[in-house]
Amino acid sequence: MTSLLDVQDLSVVFRTERGALTAVNSVSFDLAAGETLAIVGESGSGKSVTALSLLGLLGEAGRIAGGSIRFDGEDITRPGAGRLREIRGNQIAMIFQEPMSSLNPVLTIGEQVAEPLRLHKGLGRAEAMAAAGDLLERVAIPDARARLADYPHHFSGGMRQRVMIAMALACQPKLIIADEPTTALDVTVQAQILELLKSLTRDLNSAMILITHDLGVVARYADRVAVMYAGRIIESAPARDLFAAPRHPYTIGLMGSTPRLASGPKARLATIPGQPPDLAALPSGCAFAPRCPHARELCLSAPPPVETDAGGRRLACYGHG
Amino acid sequence: MNLQRPGQGDGDLLRVEDLSVHFPVMGGGLLPRRIGSVQAVDGVSFSIRRGETFSIVGESGCGKSTTAMAVLRMQAVTSGRIWFDGQDITTWGPDAMRPVRRRIQTIFQDPYASLNPRMKVGAIIAEPLEVHRVGDADARHRRTADLMKLVGLLPDMAERYPHEFSGGQRQRISIARALALEPDLVVCDEAVSALDVSIQAQILNLLMELQERLGLAYLFISHDLSVVRHISDRIAVMYLGRIVETGRRDELFSAPRHPYTQALLASAPSADPALEAARSSVALAGEPPSPRNPPPGCRFHPRCPAAFGPCSSRSPSLVFEGDSAAVACHLFPPQA
Repeated sequence: MTSLLDVQDLSVVFRTERGALTAVNSVSFDLAAGETLAIVGESGSGKSVTALSLLGLLGEAGRIAGGSIRFDGEDITRPGAGRLREIRGNQIAMIFQEPMSSLNPVLTIGEQVAEPLRLHKGLGRAEAMAAAGDLLERVAIPDARARLADYPHHFSGGMRQRVMIAMALACQPKLIIADEPTTALDVTVQAQILELLKSLTRDLNSAMILITHDLGVVARYADRVAVMYAGRIIESAPARDLFAAPRHPYTIGLMGSTPRLASGPKARLATIPGQPPDLAALPSGCAFAPRCPHARELCLSAPPPVETDAGGRRLACYGHG
Repeated sequence: MNLQRPGQGDGDLLRVEDLSVHFPVMGGGLLPRRIGSVQAVDGVSFSIRRGETFSIVGESGCGKSTTAMAVLRMQAVTSGRIWFDGQDITTWGPDAMRPVRRRIQTIFQDPYASLNPRMKVGAIIAEPLEVHRVGDADARHRRTADLMKLVGLLPDMAERYPHEFSGGQRQRISIARALALEPDLVVCDEAVSALDVSIQAQILNLLMELQERLGLAYLFISHDLSVVRHISDRIAVMYLGRIVETGRRDELFSAPRHPYTQALLASAPSADPALEAARSSVALAGEPPSPRNPPPGCRFHPRCPAAFGPCSSRSPSLVFEGDSAAVACHLFPPQA
């Protein structure tokens, strides 16, 4: 089976006042059609930058310093601007965390949902607006057609995120990247939005990359999981395998740190000592070694290579020795 | 109904009775006038014992933070009573409140916004000691160093500024400052919500350790059910200004009775794929309505899958069963 997305050895570097920072470091993963991959990690782990780099949205200060991104067989690392624009929004769509700041406050909801259809599908104004009404209905906005003329501030947070999803799905993309799509929403609304995303991507057979810090969301919605720490993927595996038996000491620590609804009374959480490293001053060996209970001499020498086992788990760790 | 009289419960440190906080809604043209009110908190009652963690959980706009602000007397109360250590403090002025303020401290969500960026960390932690004129300069200095050790900071960090610390360390600074005056009650308003999971775990463990060592009571305000489940002894669930259910942690989580509590528990994903695969999909449709215009009857009835006859007209009151569990729902009428 060929993969829809194949990322190999991707590195992203940002220019900062403190020098060049490697935000994403030799990251490799692939994704099949219809599959949901969750990228998890804490602030500064590089999960959002990885997502932005797929869309060429790194801005002025960031650039892809190495590696390749193949989408549908084509390397999109350095395509012409026109080609990237054609892919972006059409074949790859993005959903951001904060729907209020991603919607244009001075355009009606209808104009915004219709825009990708006019741009990528060449629909006329009336046609696009009718299609936008259909889309709003599909994301279960009550009285959808009547609301095409409303502005974003007329919508609640949950409804705005439904609009974002409608826009993302407008061109039936092969890949949807959702960056913390429900973090700003209440828990009952969060569940509605994630269920909606899941059922719509299933209908379209779209692949999804779900960027999140919430292991609960990962457990419910992801087929596979990649765990990032200090710019690298330190472990990736099918979701069930990862939760059943995490192998990397950071993954184990992250799971132990997560309070669970099923946990016992007032038990202490297992914690990871210390703080995540400063990207400007990474240790020469494994970036997790200073916090790792199993670190030994070897771990301080060079970053551990990524090894793949028969079950499809990839692990970057020298082992407990 | 089993509502203890104030001051009677032996270990009751805080007692809130029938608390309401309504905000005016102003409108009109040149001369603004009151055109309505938002019932942010409406008839809320609960008590907290010494050394206990009592949590209020709910979604945005449910009134949980406003309740905390009222307890702190940082928010004017529309009606109801607040008792602290047997005394009715509802209408006390600033002078009378001064000794009470020493005993009730706060930790807020955002340690970036709640620490003065121009003050050194040692001065931030010592500030409550100075305001309340505790000890001389030397004694305050020693106390500050002890507090920093207590929360896991190195005393020689006292000369640094907040921006030199990470989010987790800043929350440790907030905790040290909150503990400076040896309070009895600490109000934690989304105190770990802004932190990464691994740092959140460190702070939760610290809060539990400090409670055991110092006998603190916590009023813990949070939207995160997993966190609340982890840290609480007793929990109240709020929806649109009212407590819909309250009980001991294990009762509430193992046998939730109010349909909203059930939906809330069903909506929160758990970090366990097997559990997640086994569970049915979304339990609850719609979004919470505006507290400016709450539905009549039970405020949850428009979203409730179990709504029937009386729900749209009569508001259910909180009915106690035993000494701690109570639910406000017509499905559970008071026993005659």
